[in-house]
Amino acid sequence: MDTHAHTEGSHAGASVGTNLAVWIGLVAITGLEVFLAYMELRPTVMLTVLVALSVVKAGMIMSYFMHLKYEKFSLVLWLVPAMIFCICMMFIFFFPEAFRLLQMRPH
Amino acid sequence: MHEVKTDSTLSSAWSGGGSPFAMGSKKLGMWLFIVSDTLTFSALLVTYSYSRLTNPDWPRPFPIHPAIIFSTTMTVVLLASSLTMVMAVMAAQRNDRKKAVLWIIATMVGGLLFTGLHLTEWLNMITKEHFTITGNPEGTPLFGAVFFGITGLHMTHVMIGVIYLGIMAIGYGRGKFSAEDVEVNGLYWHFVDLVWMFVFPLIYLMSVKY
Repeated sequence: MDTHAHTEGSHAGASVGTNLAVWIGLVAITGLEVFLAYMELRPTVMLTVLVALSVVKAGMIMSYFMHLKYEKFSLVLWLVPAMIFCICMMFIFFFPEAFRLLQMRPH
Repeated sequence: MHEVKTDSTLSSAWSGGGSPFAMGSKKLGMWLFIVSDTLTFSALLVTYSYSRLTNPDWPRPFPIHPAIIFSTTMTVVLLASSLTMVMAVMAAQRNDRKKAVLWIIATMVGGLLFTGLHLTEWLNMITKEHFTITGNPEGTPLFGAVFFGITGLHMTHVMIGVIYLGIMAIGYGRGKFSAEDVEVNGLYWHFVDLVWMFVFPLIYLMSVKY
């Protein structure tokens, strides 16, 4: 086994109490999402709210369960902005083209 | 004769002696895989979001009982398996192999329970509600392709994760794997959980039957 990798790669993260609090938070946000689903909001508003809450949940999972909060900040800078950039590119290029095609759809 | 590097040289991130992100190659590799897989699921969910918003006759096949209660239970089960995985990683870091293996097995049980519930739901939709990948009795035929495609890809990840956990439980229990290997396994499992945090609200809650 690579001892160098072992000592570098494995480190302490959050405590049991913090992880449990994060877990309860995740379950609570899930409950809020289910509640919002019955508010009969417009699909665009609903999608925006649900995606925003999911991003919060994803942030909690990445920070605490995946230990990103405890890694070197250079790793976060290396991974996260590139990922967000690629996802933004999907929205910027995909939706205008898709809506353009929708206008061309025979009615 | 090679010059022996001093500690100060090794501690410099870009000197060639240390890892820039202070982690092993396996963990870094898993992070890169997670980024690439995030883009795969993002592409699918972006496409889904577009289809959902632009089709007014999008089917709403999920009533509160039993569909939403069922899928919420699946979500809580997957979240609980993430917590057991956290406990497994913590036990591995304390070098408590017995407890780590038990927590990994608990995570596997969560994964298998999630898969079982998911397959039950699929069978119900296919046999009782006549939803298929190409059509359904309620509206836009695209729903089937989107629903079975995205949830199917996620379920495949869960099943691969359960196999990965099984290999880790045996290997770590026998002393073949390190605490870092368990942590890398944990990264994959939490990613599967993270993806479901988007699939559940977007696929299920956006198609609730009032």
